[in-house]
Amino acid sequence: MAAAREVLVSAAKKFFVLGLIGVPITDRFASVVPVRGRSMSPTFNPETNPLFDDRVMVEKLCLRRYNFSRGDVVVFRSPVDHKEKLVKRIIGLPGDWVGTPHTYDVVKVPEGHCWVEGDNEIPSMDSRSFGPIPLGLASGRVVRIVWPPQRMGEVERKVPEGRLCPS
Amino acid sequence: MSFQPALQAPAATPISQPLARAPHPLRPIMKLLSYIKQWKSAARETIARASIAAQFLSLIHITDAYICSTTLVQGPSMLPTLNYSGDVVLIEHLSHRLGKLEPGDIVVVRSPVDPKKIVAKRIVGMEGDRVTYLTEPSYSESSRTVLVPKGHVWIQGDNVYASADSRYFGAVPYGLIQGRAFLRIGI
Repeated sequence: MAAAREVLVSAAKKFFVLGLIGVPITDRFASVVPVRGRSMSPTFNPETNPLFDDRVMVEKLCLRRYNFSRGDVVVFRSPVDHKEKLVKRIIGLPGDWVGTPHTYDVVKVPEGHCWVEGDNEIPSMDSRSFGPIPLGLASGRVVRIVWPPQRMGEVERKVPEGRLCPS
Repeated sequence: MSFQPALQAPAATPISQPLARAPHPLRPIMKLLSYIKQWKSAARETIARASIAAQFLSLIHITDAYICSTTLVQGPSMLPTLNYSGDVVLIEHLSHRLGKLEPGDIVVVRSPVDPKKIVAKRIVGMEGDRVTYLTEPSYSESSRTVLVPKGHVWIQGDNVYASADSRYFGAVPYGLIQGRAFLRIGI
């Protein structure tokens, strides 16, 4: 009995140490997060079954300089609810003029902000509803899909055509 | 001196003496195994020491990012509360995660105009509040009233004459807040 308890205690200690060392690693380098919802279909979660949510690797090294590119998929805190994190694609950087396809509105992205949208045409919680967001809300860039195995691979940078007006 | 061949057998050797031992066929493997054993114990000790160092650095990171940190604040926007030429303040990172910030708290936020910059301002209004402010404090008495949107806060510097704050860039999302300044370390 005492030997089994010792094994458990030493295993618990090892898990605690791994968790402790994991905190700065996930904060500064990279972490793996699940993607919920279908606002980024077909890039993430093309099927509706919630048991098979995609898991993606998010890198945090981009937060040193905050130099994102158009077409990057980023994780950011929602400007409407700071406890919620969203995953969307950056369409416009500061100074870009972004046009909405269904209206004739054109919006200029202010300094220090970006225009984010989900890949799915169905309007989601993105800049189409809350406008451009400050780049300071970003908490990482999605670089790879790590689950499910048939869709593992790099997340490419792509910008939908015809949304950005030439400046 | 004559060189005699060394293979001459010594005189008193009986024939029944056993031959010199042939080398053990597994000798090199046993040497390798003993190397691995030594290497294993050295590696175990190295990993233990590296683990202690990694845990120490992790605790420093956790304290700095989630509990308390220090920062140097400079500029004219928080006069007379904070000095123009720089003040070291202690920032706590617990209140904003627990949602316990109130108007009147001095917070450090990531600037919505330049995400690499951190600015220190005072919260004037939380979401849902109506904030009235002077649009041109040096020139006129005209004022404006805004409603702070959901998920945002209205921040202003104590020195309204020289502060780029929400009067200039609007309400900032709560997610940009990094911490609350609660103590100034005087020099």
